[in-house]
Amino acid sequence: MTTLGILLVLALLLVVFGLLFRLQILTSIFSGSSTREVGVSNRVNAILFVVFLVVGGAAFAWSFIDNYDKMNPPIASIHGLATEKMFWTTMVIIGIAFVLTQVLLFFYSYKYQHQDGRRAFFFPHNNKIEVIWTLIPAIVMAALVFAGWKEWTRITGPAPKDSVVLEVMGKQFNWLVRYPGRDQKLGVVNYRLIDAVNEFGFDLSDQSGIDDFTAGEIHVPKGHPVLLRIRSRDVLHAVYMPNFRVQMYAVPGMPTKFWFTPTKTTDEMRAQTGNPNFNYELACNQICGRGHFAMKMSIIVDEPDDYVNWFAQQKSFSEQNPEVLASFKQKSDKLVEKATVVPAAAAAVVPAAAKASL
Amino acid sequence: MAANFSSQEQVQGGIGVTEPGHAHDAHHDEHHEQSFLQKYVFSTDHKMIAKQFLITGIFWAIIGGTLSSLFRLQLGWPESTMEWLTPFLGKWIEAGKLNPEFYLALVTMHGTIMVFFVLTAGLSGTFSNFLIPLQIGARDMASGFMNMLSYWFFFLSSVVMFSSLFIETGPAAAGWTIYPPLSALPQAISGSGAGQTLWLVSMALFIVSQLLGGVNYITTVINLRTQGMSMSKLPLTIWSFFLTAVLGLLSFPVLFSAALLLIFDRSFGTSFFLSDIYIAGQALSNTGGSPILFQHLFWFLGHPEVYIVIMPAMGMVSEILATNARKPIFGYRAMIGSLLGISLLSFIVWAHHMFVTGMNPFLGSVFMFLTLIIAVPSAVKTFNWLATLWRGNIRFTTAMLFSIGFVSLFIAGGLTGIILGNAALDIQLHNTYFVVAHFHLVMGSSAFFGLWAGVYHWFPKMFGRMMDEKLGYVHFWLTFIGVYLVFLPMHYVGIAGFPRRYYAWTGFDTFSQFADLNKFISIAAIVAFFGQFVFIFNFFYSIFRGRRATENPWNSTTLEWTTPVEVGHGNWPGDIPAVHRWPYDYSKPGAAQDFIPQNVPYSQTQSSNLPYEREME
Repeated sequence: MTTLGILLVLALLLVVFGLLFRLQILTSIFSGSSTREVGVSNRVNAILFVVFLVVGGAAFAWSFIDNYDKMNPPIASIHGLATEKMFWTTMVIIGIAFVLTQVLLFFYSYKYQHQDGRRAFFFPHNNKIEVIWTLIPAIVMAALVFAGWKEWTRITGPAPKDSVVLEVMGKQFNWLVRYPGRDQKLGVVNYRLIDAVNEFGFDLSDQSGIDDFTAGEIHVPKGHPVLLRIRSRDVLHAVYMPNFRVQMYAVPGMPTKFWFTPTKTTDEMRAQTGNPNFNYELACNQICGRGHFAMKMSIIVDEPDDYVNWFAQQKSFSEQNPEVLASFKQKSDKLVEKATVVPAAAAAVVPAAAKASL
Repeated sequence: MAANFSSQEQVQGGIGVTEPGHAHDAHHDEHHEQSFLQKYVFSTDHKMIAKQFLITGIFWAIIGGTLSSLFRLQLGWPESTMEWLTPFLGKWIEAGKLNPEFYLALVTMHGTIMVFFVLTAGLSGTFSNFLIPLQIGARDMASGFMNMLSYWFFFLSSVVMFSSLFIETGPAAAGWTIYPPLSALPQAISGSGAGQTLWLVSMALFIVSQLLGGVNYITTVINLRTQGMSMSKLPLTIWSFFLTAVLGLLSFPVLFSAALLLIFDRSFGTSFFLSDIYIAGQALSNTGGSPILFQHLFWFLGHPEVYIVIMPAMGMVSEILATNARKPIFGYRAMIGSLLGISLLSFIVWAHHMFVTGMNPFLGSVFMFLTLIIAVPSAVKTFNWLATLWRGNIRFTTAMLFSIGFVSLFIAGGLTGIILGNAALDIQLHNTYFVVAHFHLVMGSSAFFGLWAGVYHWFPKMFGRMMDEKLGYVHFWLTFIGVYLVFLPMHYVGIAGFPRRYYAWTGFDTFSQFADLNKFISIAAIVAFFGQFVFIFNFFYSIFRGRRATENPWNSTTLEWTTPVEVGHGNWPGDIPAVHRWPYDYSKPGAAQDFIPQNVPYSQTQSSNLPYEREME
């Protein structure tokens, strides 16, 4: 019933609009304005452009200032401070260009609106002006490129040797994290070994993987460089940590990396933002399917001592899943048996596994 | 058809040879009555083909806009029920909620439709077809038959894409960039099943259409210019259509190869883009492929594509600004030079879409450098448009309003490109709403504004009638204000790091602060979308009931305005006019009127000739 009512109202509205439209045409024919080349509307539009500039500009400025505080995710990394500064510097430069060109555009539109009897100024070109306004943007761009290139090279350069290393792996639709354990070496993984228990595909015949541990959230120490090793086991994902100004795709078949230095612990950030529930978040930022929008993990930045304590408490994957370790032992035992019979073939099939077990 | 052209014109136009209906029509002789099918459906007349592209484009724009209204509903009111959409969306509403995979399908199809079907086919398909022969002084395209095929391949591709909206597993849902492995594996998302197959088939047909059209545009511009129409006398529209066609011809085949390899990966077990994948409880056997390779291939088209979209708009806006400011376009040669510069650079900046995909950072540096160079020709164009308005005598036709709007939006969207082209800043902003806001302004809205400007401006030549100006003003102001209300606040959301293609942000504390703003954007977007029906009404009403147009209603200088009000097949009833001057002799001192058409020889305008023109009298 209501739908019918709405449809009826809509239909009536359309009829009213249609009649108004006819009326407007008829009056314009009657008043003769339909045959005039440039009518009153020319002036109206010219004024509207100025109104748009003034009102629109004011509204934009107001809304920008009003939202400014909400716009900036609080920064918690060293390079984040640098890129943030560069971002707002560039914003100021393009802001100036924006205001200048928009003001000129609408002001000219108003000022040079049609006037009977006036003729436009025949001004086809002027080489000097053109050279100047080609060079100015070129110089500004050159400066911005140089600054950007320097920062980019620094950010993407090699990670410091003493970096804390951890591996983030994307899958539909959550993140998995792996730490290298005491030996500081991430063990070999193989996607063919993945199952419901062994989600990383640990190849535990590799000794350096025995002490690797997984975690439900990311812990990193404040003030230490952190090297993220990033991979995906199904489709593309992207590691996106807005507070650290970190983003890198997770690509199946091609491990990627990103390093950064966190500067504020979670507690410090809670104090700074006045939000006792604040948490650094890792989001997926490359479309990956149904659960893309909910692919989240928390990141805890600890004081270095707390981090060491946390690290020491973690149990390795192999310790928590002895049956997985046992299955690898069995396999390698079998391999050794086989190897004694047909050594060449076994070596060709799984040389790494065989070597590790020997 | 060709039979009634004089022999001299056949030499000039050369279409007598290529007309498919030639032999068939020969016995009709003088009165070439065309059947309905020949005239309106399988037409080889460039003007009819242009109208076919335009109306199909309008159809697609309504679909694309509707899809965006649907996902804006979801983003504006993520918590509320969508039960009322069930009659329309059926099983994609689950327990009152939009299905998240269908949400992804909506954004994917919105992007695909708008970029390819509206702003490529609808824009340059319409105006390259309509204006190239008319403005260079040709009877028709070099090959009318290929031109017809170009439309019908597009139509076929449209049918395939449209039908994919209705299939059981849903349309393609891996984003309009269809990055594998997501787009390659139906296990990953249901849209990557039959929907993605139809998407790829449709795009393959679309590319065929583009290539048939492009070859034709290029050949026509090079070979069929009328007497006196040198390349340096071409209107800027033609320069932009010509370079657009060159870009399309060089880049679309690369997308074709990407699509082909993806089809192989999907259906024939190859591993071009797949490697080391464990999905749905199973390790796939594919190894050695690279998803990044696909991105390189995709963006090798994808980046020129944004210039394919924007350059025709730039050309038409240049033309309309000059005509309605009653002034020559400022820096005609610089305008051509910047078009050439943009065309060249557009091929070597593609990897700025891939700064954080794991590509070698050194490559990122190179592409950052090349990307920021492209700001220079773009800036030159903007300054030249402003200088064209300076000391003009401006008439605000609807087309002029949209052209000024174009410049405004192009500046607003273009400037943020300087930020996104900077790799160091792109780390944070990649795939956020900052990017969405940027490209919707600079290529989406701007190109739409160019399209509307073109429709309002050339409507009298297309249909022999005028569109209603008052409704045009309403349409312009609604849209102009609407676009800014939608996309300016979107930058704030982007700076705050909101990721694109998110069904909802409510799960993250980091992305919790802009619920109101998102509601606001949604309202503005939906209102602006409904505002478009003013245009649609005006367009179709005016085709049949609009005021009758005169031959040259805007007092313009280019050749198309020398044709009769009802332009027949062959364009000029008599000889094709010869061209004597550049297309921008507006308000020339000493001239009787404030415009001198291109076909007026210098001998007739002695009072206004410049010193170097005296020799040509």
